[in-house]
Amino acid sequence: MIPIEVRVNGRRYAETVEPRLLLSDFLRSRLALTGTHVGCEHGVCGACTVRLDGVAVRSCLLLAVQVDGAEVITVEGLARDGKLTRLQQAFHQHHALQCGFCTPGILIAAEDLLSREARPSREDIVDMLSGQLCRCTGYTSIVNAIAEVAEA
Amino acid sequence: MKPAPLRYVRPETLEETLGVLAEHGGATKVLAGGQSLVPALNMRIARPELLVDINGLSELSGFRPENGSFIVGATIRQADTRLLRHPLLAEALPHVGHFVTRNRGTVAGSIAHADPAAELPLCLVVLGGSVCTKSASSEREIPASDFFVAHYTTALEPDELVVETRWPAPQAKWGYAFCEFAQRRGDYALCMAAAAAAGKQLRVAVGSVVDRPTLLEVDPERPGESAAAQVEPWGNVHASPAYLKHLVRVLVDRAVETARERSAA
Amino acid sequence: MGAKLAETWVGRSVLRLEDEALLRGEGRFIDDLDPVAGTRHAAVLRSPFAHARIVRLDPSAALNAPGVVGVLTGEDVVAMSRPFPAGIESPVPHFAAAHGTVRYVGEPVAVVVARDRYLAEDAIELIEVEYEPLEPVLDAVAAVATEACVSDRVFDYGDVAEALARADLVLRERFRFPRWSCTPVECYGVVADWDAAAGSLTAWANFQGPFTLHSVAAAALGLSGSKLRLITPTDSGGSFGIKSAVFSYVVLMGLASRKLGVPVRWIEDRLEHLAASSGSTARTTELEAGFTADGELIALRYDVVEDVGAYVRAPEPATLYRMHGSLSGAYRVQNVSARNRVVLTNTCPSGLNRGFGGPQLYLALERTMAIAARRLGLDPAEVARRNLVSSEDFPYATPSGGIYDSGDYEACLDDALELAGYEERRAEAVSARARGRLVGVGLACVVEPSISNMGYVTLAEPAGERGLPKSGNAEGCTISISPLGGITVQLPTTPQGQGHRTVAAQVVADILGVAPQEVEVLTASDTSTFPWTVASGNYSSRFSGVGVGAVALAANKLAQKIAEIRHHLGDDSISLRRVAGTAHWNPESLPPDMEPGLQATAYFAAPNLHPPDDQDRVASSAAHGFVVDVAVVEVDRETGQVRVLDYVSVHDAGRLLNPLLAEGQVRGGLAHGVGAALFERVVYDEEGNLLTSSFMDYLCPTAADLPRPRIGHRETPSPFTPLGAKGLGEGTTMSAPAALANAVADAIGRDDLELPLTAPRVWEVLSR
Repeated sequence: MIPIEVRVNGRRYAETVEPRLLLSDFLRSRLALTGTHVGCEHGVCGACTVRLDGVAVRSCLLLAVQVDGAEVITVEGLARDGKLTRLQQAFHQHHALQCGFCTPGILIAAEDLLSREARPSREDIVDMLSGQLCRCTGYTSIVNAIAEVAEA
Repeated sequence: MKPAPLRYVRPETLEETLGVLAEHGGATKVLAGGQSLVPALNMRIARPELLVDINGLSELSGFRPENGSFIVGATIRQADTRLLRHPLLAEALPHVGHFVTRNRGTVAGSIAHADPAAELPLCLVVLGGSVCTKSASSEREIPASDFFVAHYTTALEPDELVVETRWPAPQAKWGYAFCEFAQRRGDYALCMAAAAAAGKQLRVAVGSVVDRPTLLEVDPERPGESAAAQVEPWGNVHASPAYLKHLVRVLVDRAVETARERSAA
Repeated sequence: MGAKLAETWVGRSVLRLEDEALLRGEGRFIDDLDPVAGTRHAAVLRSPFAHARIVRLDPSAALNAPGVVGVLTGEDVVAMSRPFPAGIESPVPHFAAAHGTVRYVGEPVAVVVARDRYLAEDAIELIEVEYEPLEPVLDAVAAVATEACVSDRVFDYGDVAEALARADLVLRERFRFPRWSCTPVECYGVVADWDAAAGSLTAWANFQGPFTLHSVAAAALGLSGSKLRLITPTDSGGSFGIKSAVFSYVVLMGLASRKLGVPVRWIEDRLEHLAASSGSTARTTELEAGFTADGELIALRYDVVEDVGAYVRAPEPATLYRMHGSLSGAYRVQNVSARNRVVLTNTCPSGLNRGFGGPQLYLALERTMAIAARRLGLDPAEVARRNLVSSEDFPYATPSGGIYDSGDYEACLDDALELAGYEERRAEAVSARARGRLVGVGLACVVEPSISNMGYVTLAEPAGERGLPKSGNAEGCTISISPLGGITVQLPTTPQGQGHRTVAAQVVADILGVAPQEVEVLTASDTSTFPWTVASGNYSSRFSGVGVGAVALAANKLAQKIAEIRHHLGDDSISLRRVAGTAHWNPESLPPDMEPGLQATAYFAAPNLHPPDDQDRVASSAAHGFVVDVAVVEVDRETGQVRVLDYVSVHDAGRLLNPLLAEGQVRGGLAHGVGAALFERVVYDEEGNLLTSSFMDYLCPTAADLPRPRIGHRETPSPFTPLGAKGLGEGTTMSAPAALANAVADAIGRDDLELPLTAPRVWEVLSR
């Protein structure tokens, strides 16, 4: 067992973990942050995407021990003071989610893209989104929601 | 889909890392970005006793020009925008996984993993780059064309670590091109080809359809056809050997033509 | 959006009530629930062979592994439970785990329960199993004459032989629809808690109905229905039919909990899901069709071989019969026959999967229409027009017993052709081909049935051998108003993203005169506390018809009671809160003979859904929408890659209750249809090993791979549903494979196409 300290959504956690414990399982089971979803555990679907020191990553492809000393943002950490972000609001307005299972990972990945590119093109958005599987929407409404925020 | 039991170390210095590799060698796996390794751990295809996490090694995070090459440290991520300075990498990197996996995946990790369908090994081969390794007792610079041995197999010894990769910088009058065909955006290619051309000089390499990224001597008049004649793809769940061979012809022609156009421009 | 501004909430694009929690990461999916203390975690040992005898199974090493509570083996399962009942009698009994013989790669063989999932996975590796491989059956067509064929029925309507004899053109083409699977992003999950004292099982599962399968699970467990309490979470991460089959794991984990004396949690992983959850049938259809010279379709003769996998798992063979009333599609043809054979193969059992029989039927029918048009030198749109059921003929009885409720097919066709710029597109394609580019235009006209008749599956048995009659499709709903006027709706429609809470709230809001935000809709259904029927659940696009029907009936009952109370109190403007307070706190002031309290339960059954008659006719669905798709594609001659240049889809799904959500369903249905047409296929090798075993090889389309469709709507209300709505979640899944295949055929001038039209496969056709 290895002790780790990590900040998640601004809160500090000191925990002891088995080295093989995946970050996705650590967030969900240990910290009860169940907004991070697990869809494939081999890095394809993107449902488990979180931000690690600001960068969007697959939490199923990281061990919890690896985030010792790091800062993690999950979907629960997006809304501030109880208010949805512009991106979350745009998803609501555009009907960009149906079952909502893939949504947390997509929001996180999109926030990363928007934080790096001042004005991502529609093609940039589609390219980013090609790493996040959604089986409900056909993606168009998701692209529309992100594009609206990108253009604002 | 959970990893089998394993031990984990995160050394703070290169020396310490090489010491661990010297001691445990074949029982270890080096963890860099983990975008290929961790899926294998989760599926229990890879079962190392000890994971050696090199992400904390500041000695391996360098990115510098040296003698006409870029030296890319082993922990440089595929999303590092400095890589885009090389036109071939700028063309190939968007095909490497996805936005999020490039954030974490490393250049050296992709090289060391040696998936024959991976884009970066092919680029390194066609550019004539090399892989710099260290062990507790030795240091090597291995030409890319010697580094890749077969599927997921390299010239790396169990106690050796890839510390950096060396990428010849783009040269004046040379044109570069990367072409791949994948069924979906971001998938491993069914076939890919890379070319570098200047005047009558031509370098062509193919990937996915061979067991390692492979430089081919091609007929400059009929590059695609002569490349296709040299490979015997084995086929897979998606595509027949005949189709893959056909793709070699198409993609090599496209890559050579594009590289020549860019060279002339 | 104040309540007073709205004429009605129904019909408006009300934004979803579901979204806020989901966007915050506060959804409640199965793996987010921790409903009982002390739950232990299961991992399943699965067969590595497609067909083998289990010679020896020794769990002793696993029992001694760290953290292990115990092991449930196939032998235990057979001793503790009964085979699952299914729609036809099968020679192979189907239990929740294999005993003696394994019949597909991925079939459960044993379950380990341990302190956590990691330890459980460690322990399943320690179970020793010795297998003796047997010859697998993998080709259903080759096996159709063997005992692997478990059902063989012939249906005959009109006089097909006579019509074919007088036809000017007779086509006979074979179409294969491969196995594919909608692969929701959330996999299966079950928490099972056996109560030894009560002899009952409480199970939480992301089940989607139909609740007939609750009875199937209870029967397997040997429990009366009331002893199996099945609870679904508020949120489910997609299903598209697939999660109906989680019922077999409710049984498996229930048995593990019973044997080991602990609550058991099992969360399916993606490899398990791809190998062993569910998927569509693989169907081979030989379709003989007769046409007159001017393009009138006068006969259809289907010969269908349906591969349902290793077992006939309920509700199969329903995939074959879901479309039975629509064998004639959107056309007036009166002479129709079908031979339906069901074959077992050593592959994962099939089940519900978006479109459910529709994609398979329409691939054969709509490809045939396109081929006929070309042979006759006619425009496919004109051939369709000559055959479409006329708007004056509704309700229209099909030869096989379907009752098409309403529609204006020709107007939809016109809409689609206009929206697509069909004439120009066809001309452009011709001139592009003349210049060497492979551009093509494809059309598909499909009737989209919704609200399945629970009785249609009995067609698998001949009249007289069908047992007790089955029919209908009923849904229940309870609405309660609290003493403070709060409105709660209990709705057993198990949504997985379709927005049932929002639409139900719109309906209740209109009837009770409140805003949708004031209506709490509970969809975490519970068979012990919710009103439900065997037909409950979320399938056959039934919500907007019967789900909403039950909601509206219950709300109307309450509205009437409220009106009576107001009238009795002598003030029709009295607030809802005052009425509720009176009903709860002061029953003495209620009208004489009125029940106190303010709650109503209603059940709504769609009309006309009789059991199959003795001539094998059945109204297999209550409502029928109509879809016309126009696809424009270009095929890359060098790589075979199909690029969708334009995609138009026009729907008539009756009255749209929420246009925003309707649009979402059409887009989603299209995404699955395009997936099946161009990317997705479950592939086994010649030994029955699964080759598409991960998301690396099972190709779900990404954002970069799907077209941005242009969608049109018409609204011809259904006379058979309370608000005039019809289902629309599956239509484009049914139409897109046919439309895209027709477009590719047009582009490359070839008819020998097989789905999915991946680049390598199209290239193979081009180079043949």
